[in-house]
Amino acid sequence: MTAVAVPVESGLRPAPTVLKRPEHTVEIVSDSGEGAQKCGQIFGAVSAKMGNGVWTVEIIPAEIQPPPRTAEGASGNRIRFGTGPVTNWGDETNLVIAFNEQVLLGRHLLGTMAGDAIVLLENSWATNSNPDIRAAWDKALAELSAQSYRIIEVPMEEQCLTIDENPRKGKNMFALGLLAYIYDRSLERIEDQIAYAFRKKSEEVFQRNVALMRLGVEWAAANLDFRIDVPTHPPTEALVVMNGNEALGMGALASGMELCAMYPITPATSVSHYLAEVFTKFGGILHQAEDEIAAVGVAIGASYAGKVAFTITSGPGFALKTEFIGLAVMTETPLVVMNVQRGGPSTGLPTKVEQSDLLAALFAEPGDAPRVVIAPATIEECFHSVITARQIAETFRAVVIILSDANLSTGVQPFPRPQLKKEWLAPELDLAPVKEGQRPYEWDARMGTSTRAIPGQPGGMFTVTGLSHDEGSKVAYDAGVHQHSTAMRSRKLAVLQQTLLRPALYGDQDGDLLVVGWGSTKGAIEEAVDRARAEGIRASSVHLTFLSPLQPGLKEIFSRFRKVMTVEINYSDQRGDPFITEENRRRGQLAMLLRAQTLCDVDCWTRVPGEPLRPGLIHKAIRDAALTPGGDQP
Amino acid sequence: MTSHCAILPVLDDDDREFELDDYEGVTARWCPGCGDHSVLTAVEKLLVAEQLKPEQTVFVSGIGCSSRFPHYLKTYGFHGLHGRALPVATGVKLHRPDLEVFVVMGDGDCCSIGAGHWIHAIRYNIRMVVMLLDNSIYGLTKKQTSPTTPQGFKTNTQPFGSFLPALNPLTTTLGTTNVSFVAQTAEWVPAHLYATLRAAYRHQGFAFVRILQRCPLFTQGMYDEAVRNPGMIELLVHDDGVVAPELDKIYKNRVAHDPSDLDAARRLAEDGGHIRLGLFYRNEARARYDLLRKPPKVTSSERIALLNAELDHYAV
Repeated sequence: MTAVAVPVESGLRPAPTVLKRPEHTVEIVSDSGEGAQKCGQIFGAVSAKMGNGVWTVEIIPAEIQPPPRTAEGASGNRIRFGTGPVTNWGDETNLVIAFNEQVLLGRHLLGTMAGDAIVLLENSWATNSNPDIRAAWDKALAELSAQSYRIIEVPMEEQCLTIDENPRKGKNMFALGLLAYIYDRSLERIEDQIAYAFRKKSEEVFQRNVALMRLGVEWAAANLDFRIDVPTHPPTEALVVMNGNEALGMGALASGMELCAMYPITPATSVSHYLAEVFTKFGGILHQAEDEIAAVGVAIGASYAGKVAFTITSGPGFALKTEFIGLAVMTETPLVVMNVQRGGPSTGLPTKVEQSDLLAALFAEPGDAPRVVIAPATIEECFHSVITARQIAETFRAVVIILSDANLSTGVQPFPRPQLKKEWLAPELDLAPVKEGQRPYEWDARMGTSTRAIPGQPGGMFTVTGLSHDEGSKVAYDAGVHQHSTAMRSRKLAVLQQTLLRPALYGDQDGDLLVVGWGSTKGAIEEAVDRARAEGIRASSVHLTFLSPLQPGLKEIFSRFRKVMTVEINYSDQRGDPFITEENRRRGQLAMLLRAQTLCDVDCWTRVPGEPLRPGLIHKAIRDAALTPGGDQP
Repeated sequence: MTSHCAILPVLDDDDREFELDDYEGVTARWCPGCGDHSVLTAVEKLLVAEQLKPEQTVFVSGIGCSSRFPHYLKTYGFHGLHGRALPVATGVKLHRPDLEVFVVMGDGDCCSIGAGHWIHAIRYNIRMVVMLLDNSIYGLTKKQTSPTTPQGFKTNTQPFGSFLPALNPLTTTLGTTNVSFVAQTAEWVPAHLYATLRAAYRHQGFAFVRILQRCPLFTQGMYDEAVRNPGMIELLVHDDGVVAPELDKIYKNRVAHDPSDLDAARRLAEDGGHIRLGLFYRNEARARYDLLRKPPKVTSSERIALLNAELDHYAV
């Protein structure tokens, strides 16, 4: 359905060259507030709707409005789209639209641009009245021109001023028009998407934005000598396209949970932005608490009083919540915690991706506080993980932590439209009397499970406590009671583990190297494995959804590969670094866990670049690991 | 049935009459002479008098001597973390406005580690009864300075005397936006304690009651003179205040105070020569978060229809 609605003047100039590509990666970068993100979001959504596989990543500076025209201040969007499915952000950018030369320079310096990248650059700065700005332009252009990029200067401001008198406004829609022409996007779909993006604004605003977009199309048609064709495959099944945080929010709606208590923290907060708009009509409450601790406390109070509630947070907030999470484990109050990880430690990299909260999610409470940890690997899994988490929390009276990350939170990807089911929803409150003599922690000694009484149920009047307690919830410090109750809280994980499937291998069932990953790296790892296998390297991968308990069969799977290596976005010492030996080497967090759990010699390749891992780098790491001797699993 | 519960649960047996036995939990294990015993007795009396359904009643506490309170009742109870009772109570009440919620906190619990939650809970003004059992000392950890320890009082962490003047929970509460009910009473004046808790329970909003309390081990003698000499006590009296006529003969020292007068309440709450007991402030017109945040009831089928419509926005 590649609707061509773009007017191309015929006869006046030669027809543009059409470059056919299986995939392309586009970046739109501007100063904060100039709307590049909106442009990218619309372009990504329309591309997905037309039948391209899509993965988009937000480019976000650390500050809300950093000084304009700085290399660090780039704000925008990166869209990788292809004829087939796209599962990650890829390696390098093929086409960049930049609203000034400094943000472009920033992308160049970060190494995000392919050597032959096409650049569409706003050129009003070249003739700016401020001599400093003109000098900065000249200097940056000298640096950029020395590269092999194809730089095309575009008079965006001059063009936009014909429609909107504010020179800072409208360039994003003009840029959208450029992209629409270059990639032959359906203008009807783009207009629909603009209408949705500006649904809270007036008709006049919508019309102006459409006019600016069409101006971009016309300018491109009159001035560009190329177009790019990334063939689309209109989807054969119903798809939806959204980002990971929206998917988490929708998953919460589909799970029937009715209370979310949170405190704003990047990059988790946008889950609450989504819920704030819709939750009430679903019978839910979004409570913005006074702090992270209160947020999880409110969720626990609500869970205790009936249906499972949830809290959303990121690393620093998660750290604050840990004492309360321990209480939920001890009182066996079902609870769902969404941790959208960012770089750490401390406040770290608020807007950037990292997978370094795994061990905190597993262990960061006083004492032995077993809990379930799951990690969605795709936007689709973000949605479904919440439903699973709610069910597990309820079934096992357990805490379930969902580890998403900044890559998933803003990543946009189409996925099959969920067929909603009633059984996904939390059951209605049952306030029938508790059966005679039933106690609040009457653990089934085989399963570790017990039935909770909910306030309102006659006969269930007990006090739950964070102190060690017996089956009647009586505070009890006896050695036997504590041993038994700790065993029961732990046993639930073993029981849950028995219900899990062995993880599926990607690639052959045996070989030289098995790459083990978790969370948002799945697409990049599998793409890297594909490239390695195409070169004849005997590599496979396995991606873990459950981190606590771990899925069964890992030791046996590992034994079929000469080497096992985790790929993670957290820190590990590299071999050969000063002072690093096999004894003191700090390993990736999953590697540490797998070594302890399987007694296998699990190696790791990890990086913390503040950006998603690139398949090209993983590919290289796979090649290095697979082609060097050693390993040999027991 | 005098419950003020906005939504009564639909249960089969609405005519049950509850007696003291229906509310009594395990034997309290506070020290002999601890003021907590007196508060427990007053609360039990209130539960019987107001005929609260034990299964509809939740006592939430933090950590400390006083926070063992829920264990000694046969209602629902949640004994959680130091300083964190109010968020839990907020969650209970937001999800289940039909439940009767009581919060029991100590002075360190509420005014020190939990101070942030305390200030915001006042502002939320969710209907619940909040009892600050204030004995001016950390008891469970054996005599450390609390925010309400009088200046100069010797403790294990400030053996040469507490450095700073004590925090005044009344002025703090009265100075907080959206405050709606503030009273002070003392555990050694049972009639006043009971009358105050009853007024708090009947208040439509966040009812904060500071209960002055003796610790027989660690603040020995702190209130001896006040217990012996009723002249040290000044009762705030008003027809709309805490009404306990049986006290009139003993406590002659009285000041008329209209609890709707916030300025006067703030002046009276300042530390002075007397221990003032009574209702400082009440305003039932304050914004209540629990009433502002009542979502509609939505059936499963409606939910699925709504979510399908939501997915339509994101459809490819």
